[in-house]
Amino acid sequence: MENSDAGVVLLGPDDNCVVVIRALRAGDAVTIDGRGFRIDRALGIGHKLARRPIARGEQVLKYGAPIGRATGPIAPGEHIHLHNLASDYIATWQRA
Amino acid sequence: MTSLTGFPRADGRKGIRNVVAVAYLVECAHHVARRIVERSGADDVHLIGFPGCYPNAYADRMMRALTTHPNVGAVLLVSLGCESFDRNGLAAQVAASGRPVHTLTIQEDGGTARTIASGLAWVQQARAELATQVRVPMRIDELVVGTTCGGSDGTSGITANPAVGRAFDRLGAAGAACIFEETGELVGCEHFMAARAARPDLGVAIVECVQKAARYYATLGQGSFAVGNAEGGLTTIEEKSLGAYAKSGAARIVGLLKPGDRPPTGGLYLLDVVPDGEPRFGFPNINDNAEIAEMMACGAHLTLFTTGRGSVVGSALAPVIKVCANPDTYRRLADDMDIDAGRLLEGRGTLDAIGTEILDLVMAVARGRETKSEALGHREFILTYKMFDALGPACLPSRA
Repeated sequence: MENSDAGVVLLGPDDNCVVVIRALRAGDAVTIDGRGFRIDRALGIGHKLARRPIARGEQVLKYGAPIGRATGPIAPGEHIHLHNLASDYIATWQRA
Repeated sequence: MTSLTGFPRADGRKGIRNVVAVAYLVECAHHVARRIVERSGADDVHLIGFPGCYPNAYADRMMRALTTHPNVGAVLLVSLGCESFDRNGLAAQVAASGRPVHTLTIQEDGGTARTIASGLAWVQQARAELATQVRVPMRIDELVVGTTCGGSDGTSGITANPAVGRAFDRLGAAGAACIFEETGELVGCEHFMAARAARPDLGVAIVECVQKAARYYATLGQGSFAVGNAEGGLTTIEEKSLGAYAKSGAARIVGLLKPGDRPPTGGLYLLDVVPDGEPRFGFPNINDNAEIAEMMACGAHLTLFTTGRGSVVGSALAPVIKVCANPDTYRRLADDMDIDAGRLLEGRGTLDAIGTEILDLVMAVARGRETKSEALGHREFILTYKMFDALGPACLPSRA
């Protein structure tokens, strides 16, 4: 697992997101492709951060495969989750 | 790989456990059956059953497969009396399998207290009989292993699932039948999967089975995705799918099963768990144990269960090995977890090393070692209404 000191891991070489591999607090630093970012919120292991700028409607790639489309522009280092990513198959149900 | 041992059955299969199954045939008989199991005080007396009063071909097939599961040595059927379940047909099939079987009918056997007393007496006698049976050598190609995931988070697809995939590759290469399932959680992976099919027509069947799952869940309005999955960092069903898919390893897929179909050879099988036809009875699998029950009906001797959030369930009849994907979860729930796959994220171990650890534990559990969930007394079981058509001709390999 390269990148483990960076707090994130890249799962596929062409992915536009990375995955958090240690619990992060707001203000913690991570390194993505050699560039440092400050995290604006607490994030548990398994959450995703953008590796590149992602345009609205663009597919997010993880494991080299599409996991849905951005519902708005996403900046490098930004948290990718329910607020800015939607399934191409079945909408994700959320507790109110 | 070292040799295994198992209890020989008349159909040629071998069991890695030798349990007495107490099966209720309608919810109205559940309490009596549960009391018999509880009062037996024995870890090897397990409760299974079907709650519905109306007949259903799927439930009948599942109960026939489960009461003749290789890990089952004897069967007590508990009927109320007026339910629709074909108790005589089931009892005849269990008897034909060479197992001791007895049917109690509460309405004819004197009500709750007397049926419990009769059941307890029969169970004790059956246990004494099973205690005289001895394990014989068992080959790895006689072993059937299932895998499922529950309480997934963003670590599941990075650590535990690919580690199980490594173990599956080695078990399948050694001749064991390996089953993965959750076709509703393979939405988005159908074309990758089809490319691994042993035959082109099987690839087409795999794509169709995942498309069926996507349609089914779309009709219900929710994918196989729980709130806890999102709290763990997963955002979409296809993202969860890609992580779940990693459990299947890298081997060719040799066949497609439906619940109750037995793999005719070793190698990797996909189990189609989403009902055929129009959605009729609700969600395909209402929780993880419904999936484990279906893999057991295909003959799975044990289940490799990966979890990130930390599921604690086990199963009646077949041991469950917990492979924990998340190192923080492992520290909180170590008493429930058999394998710490999340240590990969902390630089303590490789996928291959964890795959080997899983493989070694599968062998030890098959020889009789208790899993954590077994030792804690987890014996979850659930069976509900479903509907399946028969397998298509493209689905199974010819027997070697």
